[in-house]
Amino acid sequence: MKNVLEWLEATSERLPNKTAIADEVSSLTFAELKEHAQAYGTYLADKVAPRQAVAFYLEKSPEVLAAMFGTVYAGGFYSVIDTRHPASRVQAICETLQPALVIADEEHAERAHELFDESPWELVMLEDARAQATDAQALAAVRAQAQDIDPLYAIFTSGSTGTPKGVLVSHRSVLDFVPAFDAAVGITEDDIHGNQAPFDYDASVKDVYSSIRCGSTVQIIPRSYFVKPTQLMDYLADHECTTLVWAVGAMSFVSVMNAFDYRVPTTVNKVLFSGEVMPPKLLRYWMKSLPDARYVNLYGPTETTCNCTYFVVDRPYTDDEQIPIGRPFDNERIILLDEQDHEVTEPMARGEICVAGSTLTMGYLGDAERTAAAYMLNPANPRWPETIYRTGDIGYRNEAGELMYVSRKDNQIKHLGQRIELGDIEAAALRLDGVSQACCIYDTRRGKLRLFYAGDIEKDDLVERLHELLPPYMIPNTTRRLEQMPLTSSGKIDRKGLAEFRRRRAK
Amino acid sequence: MDEITLDDIIEVLEDVREDIDYEQEKKLIDDGILDSFDILSIISALNEEFDITIPAKDIVPENFNSAEAMLAMVQRLVEED
Repeated sequence: MKNVLEWLEATSERLPNKTAIADEVSSLTFAELKEHAQAYGTYLADKVAPRQAVAFYLEKSPEVLAAMFGTVYAGGFYSVIDTRHPASRVQAICETLQPALVIADEEHAERAHELFDESPWELVMLEDARAQATDAQALAAVRAQAQDIDPLYAIFTSGSTGTPKGVLVSHRSVLDFVPAFDAAVGITEDDIHGNQAPFDYDASVKDVYSSIRCGSTVQIIPRSYFVKPTQLMDYLADHECTTLVWAVGAMSFVSVMNAFDYRVPTTVNKVLFSGEVMPPKLLRYWMKSLPDARYVNLYGPTETTCNCTYFVVDRPYTDDEQIPIGRPFDNERIILLDEQDHEVTEPMARGEICVAGSTLTMGYLGDAERTAAAYMLNPANPRWPETIYRTGDIGYRNEAGELMYVSRKDNQIKHLGQRIELGDIEAAALRLDGVSQACCIYDTRRGKLRLFYAGDIEKDDLVERLHELLPPYMIPNTTRRLEQMPLTSSGKIDRKGLAEFRRRRAK
Repeated sequence: MDEITLDDIIEVLEDVREDIDYEQEKKLIDDGILDSFDILSIISALNEEFDITIPAKDIVPENFNSAEAMLAMVQRLVEED
């Protein structure tokens, strides 16, 4: 196999009339998904050269998935842009992506015109990006030149210098990861995925590609249901969802909103979670309502294609215990490197978690420097060139050989399930006139982003301007002006000192 | 516990998002001023601060559109407790 479309084609042959993907208002069978994808592909093949990008500026739907696969039929790769991003961030993403086309939907048409009409990127509406008839010959020509090392999608994530990083992922990595994932967690044709992850997050890759590979159904949950607990529970139960590939944050929605007191979706038999450390209390809440489900802790950054390790939860964990991140998926290897870049093998000894395998992604699009800093030759293997990805996460193996997560090496944090570089927020603040110093810390106890700055700008003006530069989840919860920043003895901003600052109401 | 006041509610809200005029805004949800993460943070904070458990059926826009609406809900839940 060398192309993910072979999965779609085989499944549409085997299960043509089974529902592949549905949302509240529409659905596509596997045969329809393939036909629509080929119609988009025929249109796009004229506009997109092989290995060029197509950007999607819209909300996910069955038809959008068909257009994403249409990009792949055209030999290109897709990237879905979060429509909540401010204009400056959308532009930064497009400059990196250099898309041949931007595809938008009706709902976001007005904003898309504002963003792209004066830009170098051509905008086309979803309903216009489809040919009347499929040109099988043109699509076959595209496929004939395709390789498994071609890019399939790009996912943008926060970068410490203020420019988002585009993680580029090849067919090869997805072809390698998805079967290993399906086998480890037990996904079959009978499954119905209650899809939570937006398509600009790689958690959705697990729903979408398991579906076209196994013949399972993806049932898209409307985003707004994550603040409407009764509708969310009714939706999961009424659609008989079996599989939740969810962010830990989404699972905490259910708990905070006491949704299981209203209704338990008893068809759910697999809960596969990732994104941040799972608090044992939250997992116990789920296990109490859905005691027979299989719970799997998934670990790994986007750069390793979704996840690199997994742990099938074997029992309830107490609050002072930690749930392991487990063992690598089939065909992946974890190497722990100490501060001198020597491999750590003994139990309980800590090291940076590094990953080797075909699931290593291609690097950061258009950014050789940051790629070289994270994707490097394994320093513990001088005998042949073996690329590893350095996650920046510190971990160790316990006595049972299971991998345990400890902490980050740097200032990357997880806030509301989103991966954020604190430097990204600081860089945005420092771009504004009237800010001379900025330091953002994460108050882990309360789960709040706290920005401290020095300069002439009024606090309210600063916060208002930040909204033009950062997506909503990166806006600091509190902002405080200081006469000057506390410094460490080496002259750097004292992050620990700031973390201990008691917040007083600025009134 | 002393009577819960509007100021108490606003104090909790400002710790979640301080860039909103909670005394003026009456359509926090309907106008999309609060996003889903804010709402989650607010529910957690209200539960913790006032030692209540907001049930799923109360998590509807009417109860979160304004600081007053949240105050009314919190007072009711404290009394029912």
